[in-house]
Amino acid sequence: MTHYYFDHNATTPVSPEVLEALLGATRDVYGNASSIHYQGQQAKQYLEAARRQVASLLNAKPQEIVFLSGGTEADNLAIFGTVRYAPRAKKHVITTAFEHPAVLGACAQLEREGVEVTRLPVSGAGLVDPEDVRRALRPETVLISVMHANNELGTLQPIAEIARIAREAGVLMHSDGVQALGKAPVDVEALGVDLYSITGHKVYAPKGEGALFVRKGTRLRSVQFGGHHERDRRPGTENVPGAVALGRAAEWIAANLAAEAGRLRSLRDRLESAVLARVPACGVNGAGAPRTPNTSNIYFDNVDGEAMVIALDLKGFSVSGGAACSSGAAEPSHVLTAIGLAPERARASIRFSLGRQNTAEQVDALVDAIAATVAHLRHVAPAPKLSHA
Amino acid sequence: MSGGVDSSTVAGLLQRQGTPIIGLTMQLWNQRRLPELQPDGGATGRCCSLDDVYDARQVAAALGIPYYVVNFEERFEQDVVRPFIDEYLAGRTPVPCTLCNNFLKFDQLLSTAASLGAETVATGHYARIRRDERTGRRLLLRGADASRDQTYFLWGLTQEQLARTLFPLGEFQKSQVREMAREMGLPVAEKGDSQEICFVPNGDYAAFIEGYFRERGIEREQPRGEIVTADGRRLGEHAGVHRYTIGQRRGLKVAAGEPLYVIATDPAAQRVVVGRGDELLKSELEAANVNWIAFARPPAELRAQVKIRNKHQAAPATVSPQPGARARVRFDEPQRAVTPGQAAVFYDGDLVLGGGWIS
Repeated sequence: MTHYYFDHNATTPVSPEVLEALLGATRDVYGNASSIHYQGQQAKQYLEAARRQVASLLNAKPQEIVFLSGGTEADNLAIFGTVRYAPRAKKHVITTAFEHPAVLGACAQLEREGVEVTRLPVSGAGLVDPEDVRRALRPETVLISVMHANNELGTLQPIAEIARIAREAGVLMHSDGVQALGKAPVDVEALGVDLYSITGHKVYAPKGEGALFVRKGTRLRSVQFGGHHERDRRPGTENVPGAVALGRAAEWIAANLAAEAGRLRSLRDRLESAVLARVPACGVNGAGAPRTPNTSNIYFDNVDGEAMVIALDLKGFSVSGGAACSSGAAEPSHVLTAIGLAPERARASIRFSLGRQNTAEQVDALVDAIAATVAHLRHVAPAPKLSHA
Repeated sequence: MSGGVDSSTVAGLLQRQGTPIIGLTMQLWNQRRLPELQPDGGATGRCCSLDDVYDARQVAAALGIPYYVVNFEERFEQDVVRPFIDEYLAGRTPVPCTLCNNFLKFDQLLSTAASLGAETVATGHYARIRRDERTGRRLLLRGADASRDQTYFLWGLTQEQLARTLFPLGEFQKSQVREMAREMGLPVAEKGDSQEICFVPNGDYAAFIEGYFRERGIEREQPRGEIVTADGRRLGEHAGVHRYTIGQRRGLKVAAGEPLYVIATDPAAQRVVVGRGDELLKSELEAANVNWIAFARPPAELRAQVKIRNKHQAAPATVSPQPGARARVRFDEPQRAVTPGQAAVFYDGDLVLGGGWIS
């Protein structure tokens, strides 16, 4: 059976050009980038070339890029590395209700350490209101963390406006950009952020490599302890092939983003208009907001979303419901709950996220499968009735 | 697929027959809840735990079948956990496994199966289903392995549910099942049997109930009451009727010249009544929400062997169906510890005639 992949917000395959760079670096470059000798210097050269590629894509300076293991580590370093060491007795952090668990989990830990955390509400369209951020500011606020693009809805947040408010208040601004990179332009100068998280595996590089942009002058200390790697911000021998892969992926984005975003947008629109035309009682979540071009989150009333994901998988279409929990079962989405979706509708929502290998033919096949599956599910097994939310 | 040897063997048997199958594990309870009751962390080691899901996934991978974990936590809490707690607080002793069968395994899971295009659900229960050629009814029979028979928990199944259910282990002894699992090379062939109520750590249901209220931020006054004899003599104090079940002897902490048992509980008066062993004997009970499997309409009166708890030896009785899905049961010999909240299941030999909740 052919399997078509429509879950690129979960992860992406490694692209041919990234694989080539990764294989080359893995084969040829084995030195420790901290070593004095030939092999060490060679590794350092590869590492710094990759850093320049990533910096260039983000419009940052190479010294502002810290390589690390991925989005979760980047978010943790941004949050703990600044808040724990802020020179204040009383501290306050502002974030939103629909952040990725990497941010929400780090903020929950800060709370246990005595930091106060405000989680801002999100509008029904899936947007944070910058005025809410302004109102939440306190004299003891040290950090604002708002994601750039939401992973489930694709909605793009007004980061530049929020960062302006942060700067006026003298507060650090972090944005989790894991879902924006490669889908929307990311310019840390235009955005005005102090910290920005990215990861390789959402942009056709392998799992296990990411980066944090740390604006020059930002007080950030490592949360791990060891050697002096990455200018004392992230101890541990650098993963040079991983960095090379992320660098190559960044280079590809710089050259192709505009065209690929346009192509994905037209595929996404093709998907949404066909589904809305053919399937009764469905609609797009977050449709009213600016969105990343590849993401579509659709509710199908009276359908059990979990059964729909499995039924589509059995037909060869990989899509996603809520976030996966550790057992692999679906959990009700905190994102859809945060935008005020009724629990039944949150449970009946499916995320389709398109990527480089998807074609119009694949999208058309997906639409046929959706229409047939929704009709079957509504016929044989109406969504389970629950007397409580 | 629970990750245990029984459901894993079912998957192996069906796959060997060439039946197209999909493996499903129900995620029923988040074992990270109530961490204070589980010094070992809780996410591993018991039913619905990550270890069991891991095992089920390994079996599915070994067999090469599609496999998914489905999240039924909300339905489980609504239809099993809350009624379980309500029953204890009302002074009864519930059977959550029956509720789970009625509302999860043979309702929600059947519905999910239908969603995925599967006609039937096969489980590792030790019970048998036959079709009565004369009437067309599906009949439920005890499993061939009497020591493993699970029909005490299955009396609530309807004809529609039975028609879409397979119990492939019904004809086997447990030892044979283990042998088949070994022979098929299933990675769980030597795994131990699961016991106790899956969501209650260490079988301590009173601690579970108290922890559940604490988790929800509900302040409950520490219940207190008297332990008395049937003739009203006060023997001591207790910390909540939900901690006592009929027939219980241990943990009463009252001094008396002879062994004493709980013979009744009265939640309204917060009273636990104790007495001698012979005071536990009863000749009659009334069952509610009766489900008849063997008949569309039961006869006015019938002879049966009636089982009043899982480990009870079914005892001869006369059963009189009553209007409103009720039945009156008159035992030939008085039975010990007839306990409200437990089920009374009516048998004719191996055949399950029906059953109901003891009121």
